[in-house]
Amino acid sequence: MESQIHKPDKIWIYLAIFVALMALLVATVAAASFDLGRANTPVALIIAVIKALLVILFFMHVRHSSRLTWVFVAAGFLWLSLLLCLTMTDYASR
Amino acid sequence: MSDLTAPIDHPPLVAHQFDDLQQQTEADTLGMWVFLGTEVLFFGGLICGYLVYRHLYFDAWRQGSEITNGFRFLGISSGAWNTAVLLTSSLTVAVAVRAAQMGSRAVLLWMLAITWVLGAAFLGIKAAEYTHEYHEGVMPGMTTFHPDEEVTAQLTKAAAADQRELGALIQRFRMYWVFYFFMTGVHAVHMLIGLGLFAFLFIQAARNRFTPQKHAPVELMGLYWHFVDLVWIFLFPLLYLVR
Amino acid sequence: MTSIPYIPAYEPPATYLNIRHTVASWLLTKDHKRIAILYMISITLFFAVGGFAAVFMRLQLLTPHSTLVEAETYNKLFTLHGVIMVFFFLVPSIPVTLGNFLVPLMIGARDLAFPRINLASWYLFMAGGTLTLSAIILGGLDTGWTFYTPYSSTFSNTHVVLAIMGIFLAGFSSIFTGLNFIITIHKMRCPGMTWFRLPLFIWSTYATSIIYVLATPVLAITLTLVGLERILGIGIFDPNLGGDPILFQHLFWFYSHPAVYIMILPGMGVISELIPAFSRKQVFGYNFVAFSSLAIAILGFVVWAHHMFVAGISLYSGLVFSMLSFLVAIPSAIKVFNWTATLYKGSISLETPMLYALGFIGLFTIGGLTGLFLATLGLDMHVHDTYFVIAHFHYIMVGGAVMAYMGGIHFWWPKMTGRLYNDMWGRVAAVITFLGFNLTFFPQFILGYLGMPRRYYAYAPEFQVYNVMSTAGASILAVGYCLPLIYLLWSLRWGAKAPNNPFRATGLEWQTSSPPPTDNFAKTPLVTQEPYSYHTMEPQGV
Repeated sequence: MESQIHKPDKIWIYLAIFVALMALLVATVAAASFDLGRANTPVALIIAVIKALLVILFFMHVRHSSRLTWVFVAAGFLWLSLLLCLTMTDYASR
Repeated sequence: MSDLTAPIDHPPLVAHQFDDLQQQTEADTLGMWVFLGTEVLFFGGLICGYLVYRHLYFDAWRQGSEITNGFRFLGISSGAWNTAVLLTSSLTVAVAVRAAQMGSRAVLLWMLAITWVLGAAFLGIKAAEYTHEYHEGVMPGMTTFHPDEEVTAQLTKAAAADQRELGALIQRFRMYWVFYFFMTGVHAVHMLIGLGLFAFLFIQAARNRFTPQKHAPVELMGLYWHFVDLVWIFLFPLLYLVR
Repeated sequence: MTSIPYIPAYEPPATYLNIRHTVASWLLTKDHKRIAILYMISITLFFAVGGFAAVFMRLQLLTPHSTLVEAETYNKLFTLHGVIMVFFFLVPSIPVTLGNFLVPLMIGARDLAFPRINLASWYLFMAGGTLTLSAIILGGLDTGWTFYTPYSSTFSNTHVVLAIMGIFLAGFSSIFTGLNFIITIHKMRCPGMTWFRLPLFIWSTYATSIIYVLATPVLAITLTLVGLERILGIGIFDPNLGGDPILFQHLFWFYSHPAVYIMILPGMGVISELIPAFSRKQVFGYNFVAFSSLAIAILGFVVWAHHMFVAGISLYSGLVFSMLSFLVAIPSAIKVFNWTATLYKGSISLETPMLYALGFIGLFTIGGLTGLFLATLGLDMHVHDTYFVIAHFHYIMVGGAVMAYMGGIHFWWPKMTGRLYNDMWGRVAAVITFLGFNLTFFPQFILGYLGMPRRYYAYAPEFQVYNVMSTAGASILAVGYCLPLIYLLWSLRWGAKAPNNPFRATGLEWQTSSPPPTDNFAKTPLVTQEPYSYHTMEPQGV
């Protein structure tokens, strides 16, 4: 019984994650107000990925979850990247 | 005949096909994750189209996102406000799930209510944006101008030599708005569904239906809410912050 | 008044079929076995509708300039045939009937993980089928099953939006079915049923479910875009408005190529059950067959643009997709080699299901090898959009998937209905189907190679001889499909009662009664043996 049903997280963990998410939001808005040249998009997306990881791991409890859940989560994003990358092989080389 | 009936010692709260509550909870949670994987690919088709046209028509994307990001409250773009609203609602959902795990009904009810209000606030801000964009004249099907006024001006002169070229510029600009409205629209539909689900959860919680042992609906709909938040985390830089 | 002593009537054991008889008990059932029967009836009806369209097409093509139907009607006929057969027969076929019935039985569970979602899937499927059929009744659809833009989104004057809504709903039915199978296979296996004791049918159903869940949503959103573009004229796929029609093809084939593996993988699973059972041998190379299913499911996602070599994709992209397409041949070949090795030195009995299985191996091999022709960038330029393509995919879908479906139905019919059908008629039908199929579609390879394009209602007179052969074959094939309908239905009323394990096969589904009780097993089974342990069974004595 104990394997899946974990103890509730400490409340300060949620608050810390929330503060981090807000800080990242400020960072992404701030970064967008400067012209970073070609780094603009990568910076915005890296911040988005970090935010997403925080939500998935902490708010969605994936860090406590079984390996199977990790696989399912990864599969969704892996397949999305297949769709995007292989489609772009066409458009990037036209 | 008795051997054909369901096992007599079947535990309460557990559907007949499961052996025990743990199996049921694990199956429910994994089922939700598979569904969210499906949702990733559902939005994925849109993101793929977005990426292709962003690649082809980057200038139009930049011009469009400047308009989107230019709608501000207190000097901060409405997109950033909305991101903040959704991130806060994710916090309240996480606390709601924790409250359900610990069996504190009052906290659960408060958190569900706050989440619902935040979700509604998100849609309100979104509606204000849409209204603004309607007045700007960029709704799909009615975009006839280009942010570069010279382009629009020249195009109205019937004699312009490169009519086709100028028309193409407007078409590209229009394509940004198609994706902007479609992506945010599909996301808003998910938000509406989320509001319905959370209203349902609130009623169930008020009727004391959840216990620390059995509160799968709170966990599952919490996952759904976080997912909708995740989508927005990506939509914000993709649509508002194109540089 | 003389009192008559009360004699208790003979009470047959309670099965999932006789436990209740009302219509509501069927339409509101949450029993996976009853839902399988509902699906079986539904997809048989859809198969009949699609089949009728094919009959008219073959009649039209009997002569080079037939006037049986107009050109526009012909377009609607091949669209009807394609849409119904792909989305409402082949994609659901084996998973929703045999899969629904067998997945819980094979893994020793009482039901699928989410019985209510399972029933909802059937209703979604029926709602989708009704919408799409209504589009056809209201005047038809002429885009082809592929809905290529900008024709479908801008120019076609037929009921595209209605048909798209139907396919959208059927797609979500697929998604929920796949979700149900994945969770059931992960979480509901009975004690002792480890991953490597699972029947291979379960492995292939699992692989199919992965595709259901990860590919179908892309089709749903793509068709939504087409519908919106049609209604609002926003130009996502319209080159006149700055859109790119090839983007539609990318998104469409991201679903529709994996969908080919949705159709064939469950068939491969059925064959992997039939071959060992009728060779009385353990399956050769269990691990390879199991993992090749997953490999096909995954590789199937990275080859889609081989449908688009002449559509205007870049040469570089064409090369990448051509090379990736060859990779899928590897796991497919592994399966064929392993089945052949299982047959080797087996004590083979040629009962009806086995005849279908052997037919499958031959036809699938032809279909698969001609697929390699089409994956070759240079050769595809020559045969693209000709009858060569038609012949190729009918060898896979009809020669492969439908043969496997028929084989599976004949194998598990006694389990599903508790009745035995007439094996002699079964064998006759299997042979007729095999002969009729080859006569229908082999000439189409030649036609295509000679250059007859697909989707035309008329053709050059020199192609007539092959078209006559093809139409003649189609009429034989029709007999092959109608016969089972007759003797299987006959068996329901007059067939002998089936024993629990008429084919002396391994697998948990054969250990319960025929037909099974609602909860499948009297008590939760315990698995202690390797799968397909036919070698440890006693030789048939009686």
